[in-house]
Amino acid sequence: MIPKLKKQQIMDLLSLGRRVNGRGLEDLRPVEIRCQSVKNAEGSAEVRLGKTLAIAGVKTSIGTPFADTPDTGVMIVNAEFLPIASPTFEPGPPDENAIELARVIDRGLRKAEMIDLKQLCIVPGKAVWELWIDIHALNHDGNLMDASALAAVAAILTAEIPKVMLNEKGEVTINKSEKQRLPIKSVPITVTIAKIGDKLVVDPSLDEEEVADAFLTATFVDDKVCTIQKRGEKGLTAEETMRALQIARQKAHELFKIVKEVVGGE
Amino acid sequence: MSVKGKELVLISPEGKRLDGRRPDEIRELKIKAGILENADGSAYVEQGNTKIYAAIYGPREVHPRHLALPNKAVIRCRYHMTPFSVEERKSPAPTRREIELSKVIREALAPAIIAEQFPFSAIDVFIEVINADGSTRCASIIAASVALASAGIPMRDLVAACSVGKINGVLVLDVTDVEDKYGEVDMPFAMMPNRSEITLLQLDGILSLEEIEKAISMATKACKDIYEKQKSALKEKYIELRKAVEEGTRT
Repeated sequence: MIPKLKKQQIMDLLSLGRRVNGRGLEDLRPVEIRCQSVKNAEGSAEVRLGKTLAIAGVKTSIGTPFADTPDTGVMIVNAEFLPIASPTFEPGPPDENAIELARVIDRGLRKAEMIDLKQLCIVPGKAVWELWIDIHALNHDGNLMDASALAAVAAILTAEIPKVMLNEKGEVTINKSEKQRLPIKSVPITVTIAKIGDKLVVDPSLDEEEVADAFLTATFVDDKVCTIQKRGEKGLTAEETMRALQIARQKAHELFKIVKEVVGGE
Repeated sequence: MSVKGKELVLISPEGKRLDGRRPDEIRELKIKAGILENADGSAYVEQGNTKIYAAIYGPREVHPRHLALPNKAVIRCRYHMTPFSVEERKSPAPTRREIELSKVIREALAPAIIAEQFPFSAIDVFIEVINADGSTRCASIIAASVALASAGIPMRDLVAACSVGKINGVLVLDVTDVEDKYGEVDMPFAMMPNRSEITLLQLDGILSLEEIEKAISMATKACKDIYEKQKSALKEKYIELRKAVEEGTRT
């Protein structure tokens, strides 16, 4: 079978410390981030990891808060693996992979407290900002997870939402001519490591994903981890897990620098 | 941290939790194998107030047919919460959370199943949460892996599972619902104890790498104890079966 042959070839290369496209085991593919290309979105970013392309958009609306968090804004993350992105993606509601991806990114943003949702409260118990973060895969060549997470983070960092005011009657009015940035508290960075045989590789390509035994996705905020998701139908040892987290932390630093360069120093 | 203005102390200065447990203590765990007659294998798990049924159907024909694999069985898993298992009634339709959990539970069990022995067939794992009080995915894995073994499906090892939390800065084992909601961290963990392979690891909350290493070693220790309970539950099933046959109540 083809995957078996492919796996052998990939593993032979890995044992020589090389990968299919000439990268080292711990090298990321070239990263490209383009922000604010979608004029109708409050925030947007396209991220390329090699040939993988994902786009994230931030849209906002004013809604009512959840009853148990009356003074907190609402954030919703959704991901769609569009049929445009891969011959294996089909139209229809998000499948388990898209749902998992969206939920892992959602947990990363929440636990890192990237956005200060308390500041997105307009009238406690009555009106809050709702942030809709929609992630769409456009070209799948492996590691949609990291590309999507990076796109979401870059879109949030560069988003500009209108200012709101309360009129005499206490109603919320939107002032579209005046814009404000979202209240940012931290910048979470997500890195995926694939286990192939006994080797750990960073930012797996599609070929590598197809033959990988397991994946470890970790989101870092500064030097700490705020989410982990082990994926794949095989296991990892505790040593492999810790080694993967250490590699991922180092890569998160690299990606953090790239994000800062793109969105500016603030 | 407070609930309705009242200060909630999840762990006392003496290291006692709300239900009196020490940080490294799991709740009382009851496992019963072979409890649902129609299933090929089944198990019931009670971990404190978390109560779970798991049933295995298979290996059996795959429907729809095109999902069948030529080299191994497809493993399918459905984690589902009954509407009355939580405080506010949950719609019986699968939520995004349940879809994600079904996937990670399948990926936690799959490494243990020797699926290569059953090409073109399906092994279906059904999990029903009857009452939820934290760590439901870990209890589900404990139940499902006993159910798989009791279905006679060849396995590399059983899968044991235990969550680690962090409450008031202290790492604790087997988090309850309150500890999950008001604590700082939830880290579900599953492994094949005999092979020292981690098959499920999730983290929701901030930990340093050193804390993660400690959490993994705490969970590993707990999984070894849980593993023994899983094995005795399986043995018990066969002791009971032999007794029934000897007494003539079952042939």
